[in-house]
Amino acid sequence: MTTPLLAIGRGPLDLERVAGALSADPSTRPGQDGAVVTFLGLVRNHNVGRRVRHLEYEAYEPLALKAFERIAAEIAERWPSARLALHHRIGRLEIGEASVAIAARSPHRGDAFAACRYAIERVKQIAPIWKHEYFEGGDVWIEGATADPDDARARAEAERVACA
Amino acid sequence: MRVTVRLFARLRDIAGAAELARDLAPGAQATTVGDVWRQLAKEFPELAGYERSISSAVNADYARMDHVIRDGDEIAFLPPVSGG
Repeated sequence: MTTPLLAIGRGPLDLERVAGALSADPSTRPGQDGAVVTFLGLVRNHNVGRRVRHLEYEAYEPLALKAFERIAAEIAERWPSARLALHHRIGRLEIGEASVAIAARSPHRGDAFAACRYAIERVKQIAPIWKHEYFEGGDVWIEGATADPDDARARAEAERVACA
Repeated sequence: MRVTVRLFARLRDIAGAAELARDLAPGAQATTVGDVWRQLAKEFPELAGYERSISSAVNADYARMDHVIRDGDEIAFLPPVSGG
C-alpha cells in the first residue's frame, strides 16, 4: 500500500515512511533534489509550568486533511520547487511520542528548510486539531489560534518565521 | 430545515455532545451559520464567550458566519486550534 503524502490517523507516526512517501511520489523526479528536511513534533512533559502526563488530540478530520492540502498548495506557490508530506496523529499520546511528522524536499536546502518550518507553523494556525492536556492536578483544552485560512497576516507571519 | 451541528474540543464539552441535530424555523431571511451559532449560544450560555474566537465550517469546508445554510448541511464550530 502506498503511503499518502498527507494523512491524519491514530497509529504511531513513522518519519521514515513520511519521507519515503515523498521520495516515491511522482512529483519527485529522480535525482532532482539536493535536500530533504524533516520535522518530528513530540509530546513534551511540561507546559507553562505544568507537569504534563499525556495529551489527547482531537480533529475534524475531513477539514484537517483539506487544511493540509491547502498548506501544501501554499508551499507550492511560495517555494515552487519544494514539496511536502505531513502526517498528524490524533487520540491519546504519551510523553515522548510523536504527534506530527513532516518532510519537505527541494533541489536546494534553503527551500526545504523553509517549507518544512512553514508547514508546522501553518498547521498550528489553521488545522482543526486540538490538544487536551492532562497534567498533574487537572486537565485543560489548549486553545491557540483562531483558525482562519484566509487571514493574510497569519500567513505572512508563518512565512516570516520560515525564512528567518 | 434540519441541520447537523458538529462541536469540537471545549465546545463539545460545554454542549455535552459532539453532534446535535437542530430544526430551524424558516425565517423571512435566509438562515446563516451565525443564526445557528446564536441559537446554540442561547441554549448553552457558556458558548457565548467563544463568539469572537470560533471558526466555522459547512460540509467540511471553512465558511464565514454569514454563509447561508441549506437543509441537510453539516455545520461545524471550531474553537481556537492547537495542533502540532
